[in-house]
Amino acid sequence: MTNSDTSAEFPLYEVFIRSKNGLHHKHVGSLHAADGEMALTNARDVYTRRSEGVSIWVVKASDMVSSNPDDRGAFYDPNDDKMYRHPTFYNIPDEVGHM
Amino acid sequence: MDAIKTVDASTEEELEQAFQEKIDAETKIEPRDWMPAGYRKTLIRQMSQHAHSEVVGMLPEGNWLTRAPSLKRKAILMAKIQDEGGHGLYLYSATETLGISRDEMYEQLHSGKAKYSSIFNYPTLNWADIGAIGWLVDGAAITNQIALCRCSYGPYARAMVKVCKEESFHQRQGYEIMMVMAQGTPEQKAMAQDAINRWWWPSLMMFGPHDADSNRTTQSMTWKIKRTSNDELRQRFVDATVPQAQYLGLDVPDDKLAWNEDKKSYDWGEIDWDEFRDVVAGNGLCNRERLQTRRDAHDGGKWVRDAALAYATKQKKRAAERAA
Repeated sequence: MTNSDTSAEFPLYEVFIRSKNGLHHKHVGSLHAADGEMALTNARDVYTRRSEGVSIWVVKASDMVSSNPDDRGAFYDPNDDKMYRHPTFYNIPDEVGHM
Repeated sequence: MDAIKTVDASTEEELEQAFQEKIDAETKIEPRDWMPAGYRKTLIRQMSQHAHSEVVGMLPEGNWLTRAPSLKRKAILMAKIQDEGGHGLYLYSATETLGISRDEMYEQLHSGKAKYSSIFNYPTLNWADIGAIGWLVDGAAITNQIALCRCSYGPYARAMVKVCKEESFHQRQGYEIMMVMAQGTPEQKAMAQDAINRWWWPSLMMFGPHDADSNRTTQSMTWKIKRTSNDELRQRFVDATVPQAQYLGLDVPDDKLAWNEDKKSYDWGEIDWDEFRDVVAGNGLCNRERLQTRRDAHDGGKWVRDAALAYATKQKKRAAERAA
C-alpha cells in the first residue's frame, strides 16, 4: 500500500494508560518516537494532559504478537464445546438456595 | 484460470456481504478485520483530512498567541492549540491502522494533494476572531464529531470520543471571549460583531455540500462511516447556535434567518457555494500561506527529529557497550 520510504520513520509505540490504581492499563492510542524513553514522555504530553493517568506503558508495535481476526473461529473453537466450564451447566435444586 | 477468477469473485462478494451484515448489526470494524477496498480508501481519505484539519487548525490561532490580551488568555490559547496538535496525533495514529504511513500522509498534505477543512484558509483579523473560532468553528466541528463517535470503524470512533471530551473546553472558552467582548465597550462589541459577520457562513460551509450534491454520502451512510447527513448536521448547528448569538446581543449575518414554529427549527438563507468551491480549490485568502507555514514547520523541525534519533542511537550503543 505504501510507496514512500517509511524506513526513516521513527518506530511506532502503542500506548497503555492506567487511569487510577486498581484498574487495568488500557490501550489509548499510539505514537512515533525515536526510543522508548521519548515515547514515554511524548505519551505523557499527549495522552495525559488532563490527569488521565497514574501509570503509562509504551510498547513497540513491532514487538507485539497478536491473534489474526481471520482465524476467529478456528483459534477459539477448542473452548466452544466445553459448556461444563459454565456454572449454568449444572442443575442445582432450588431448595439448596443460592450457590 | 477462469475458474479461479470466478471463485475469487464469489468469495469477495461473500466477504462483502458478511461485512455489510456486521455493519448492519452495529458490530464495529477493527483494523485487522476484512474490509472492502472502498471502505478502507474512504476512511483513509476522510480520517487523514480530519487529521490535517486539526494540525492546520493550529495556524490561524498561533497568530494570536503573542497578541492575546492577558496572560490568562495566552495560557488558555496555548492549551487549546496543544489540544489541536494532540487531536491531529489521535487521528493520524488511527488512520495508520488502515495501512497508510505517517510520512505518506504528511507528504499528501504538504504537496497539496490532500485537503483539510477550508475554514482554516480564512484569516484571523481581530481578537474576537479567536472567540468566534472557538464558539462557531469548534462548535460546528463538535456537531460533526459527536455524530462520528458512532462511526463503524472502531479506531476512528474511539478517537472521536476522546476529541469530543476535549473540544467542549474549546467552544466554551470561545463563547466566553465573545461574551466579554459583546458586553465590553462599543468598539469591543463592534469587533465581536465583525468576527461573527466573517465566520458565520464559513462555519456553515464546514458541513460540506448539500446532501443532494454530496456524491459520497449514500455509500458512507450505508457503511455507517457517516451517521447523519451534512444538511441535518448543519441544521442542528444553526438551531443550537442562533439562541447563543441572541444571548450575546449579536446579529447573525443572514436576513432570511427566521424561527419556523411548524418545524420547531430555523429557516435560513443560502450558502455562497461559489465561495465554498473557490476556497476548496485553493483560492481562499490564506491557502498558500497556511500550506507554506506547515511545510516550513515540518522542515524546520527536521533537526529535532535528527537529534532525537542520534540520541536514541547513542543510548542504544552505550547500553550495548555496558552489557558487553
